[in-house]
Amino acid sequence: MALYSEKVMDHFQNPRNVGKLDDADGIGEVGNAKCGDIMRMYIKVDDGIITDCKFNTFGCGSAIATSSMATELIKGKPLEDALKLSNQAVVEALDGLPAYKLHCSVLAEEAVRAAVKDYYDKHGIAYDPKDFPIHDCEGCQD
Amino acid sequence: MFVYADNAATTSVSKTALDAMLPYLTEQYGNPSSLYSFAQHATEAVAQARADVAACIGAQPREIYFTSGGSEADNQAIFSAARLGAKKGKKHLISTKFEHHAVLHTLSRLEKEGFEVTLLDVHEDGVVRLEDVEAAIREDTCLVTIMFANNEIGTVQPIAEIGALCRAKGVPFHTDAVQAVGHMPIDVEKMNIDMLSMSGHKFHAPKGVGVLYVRKNIPILNLIEGGAQERGKRAGTENVAGIVALAAALKESVENMEANTAKIIPMRDKLFAELSKIPHSKINGSLEHHVPGTVNMCFEGIEGESLLLMLDMNGICASSGSACTSGSLDPSHVLLSLGLPHEVAHGSLRLSIGEYNTMEQIDHIIATVPKVVDYLRNMSPVWDELEKGQRPHLI
Repeated sequence: MALYSEKVMDHFQNPRNVGKLDDADGIGEVGNAKCGDIMRMYIKVDDGIITDCKFNTFGCGSAIATSSMATELIKGKPLEDALKLSNQAVVEALDGLPAYKLHCSVLAEEAVRAAVKDYYDKHGIAYDPKDFPIHDCEGCQD
Repeated sequence: MFVYADNAATTSVSKTALDAMLPYLTEQYGNPSSLYSFAQHATEAVAQARADVAACIGAQPREIYFTSGGSEADNQAIFSAARLGAKKGKKHLISTKFEHHAVLHTLSRLEKEGFEVTLLDVHEDGVVRLEDVEAAIREDTCLVTIMFANNEIGTVQPIAEIGALCRAKGVPFHTDAVQAVGHMPIDVEKMNIDMLSMSGHKFHAPKGVGVLYVRKNIPILNLIEGGAQERGKRAGTENVAGIVALAAALKESVENMEANTAKIIPMRDKLFAELSKIPHSKINGSLEHHVPGTVNMCFEGIEGESLLLMLDMNGICASSGSACTSGSLDPSHVLLSLGLPHEVAHGSLRLSIGEYNTMEQIDHIIATVPKVVDYLRNMSPVWDELEKGQRPHLI
């Protein structure tokens, strides 16, 4: 069996929505270069809907594939839906990931949340901080 | 184009080795321990293989013990020296920070059992210093174990000097020579090596067979109990075909060593020269003390696993010391031992070239790697920050 599913390889080889959004309404960045993966997610929001979404990722094949899939899953969706995106949903959409790569999908989920939070912060929109738990990346603490 | 550039991981079985071993899988399948004349062909073949291997490294046939591979040989050498040393009250071992895990994990286990281990620095160039070895040797040191050549970066250690030092101090000296045997001249007499590990599949023998050389006055203990094979020091019916193939492959490698080296070095040097033109790249390890075929470089702003996947899509088999390729959070202990920051070590690439590679294949690698690095850098937020000066370049 190959390391990655065909879907993962497809999203790695042909990543969707890769790049920057110069006029982004929200930007979220998670991860740590020391750990070997960083995701930066850009969202454009219109009337509560994510009208455009792009990403930049430094990381392994599954980090790139999960970023790509996450952008596909939230593009055109209301912010509330984006906040409900779980890492399991990303993994399922990719037909699975090896167990030791699951943290990449967690990063993708967190990158989306971080971008939404940044949008809320920039636009003075109130939110419940409980929706944005801060995860410590164990193993990356200096 | 398909390019196998991972010869430090494993090699293909040579035609010579395959032809030598095949009869022992088919017609000559006897058990060397059996009495009847039919099995004596196998017994003789193992004896001849032992003599051939011994001749290739300047040893005596009775000093050669066949094992399942390099890891088993390392385990047996280290455990033997430790257990026998402990009986004399000697419970200190010396090694380096960048050994193969077959050595490092064995040493960790001994530490848990109460042994003391000194792991020497290998400095930025990946070469241990003789004076560091000398300073670390104590009254209670039962073994110095230092690899001949590093598996990831290819740096060669001052083995003959360390051997002479250990001999003068009366301390047994083992070397994990898995990456050097068949690729560099080795003489256990001249180099004062007491124990040496090798692995057949690194020099065109099949996987699953290796050798532990042990100088005749150095005692060893069994890891595997059960029978009188290998002078009672390694039980289990001999892997006759594998042993015959190992000897044939080693003889062939040693006979052709000069020609192979002359072919490999220009390919390696071209890789170094051309890939170094990639901005913010770095060659890892001293080039002055180096095995012929190994190229290890870091490219800032990218991660090694995605680099390997992209190279694979272009037909190139290579490896990396990134965390993602090891299944752990930390990048290679070898690259960290050189003092490389984690960020840089994640972006490493190892290409290991053998005599079966061609200059056309090298040109394909040279044409592909810069494009792939560029593509991944364009996708990388780290590279974006480096280029904007928001993050300092480390290399």
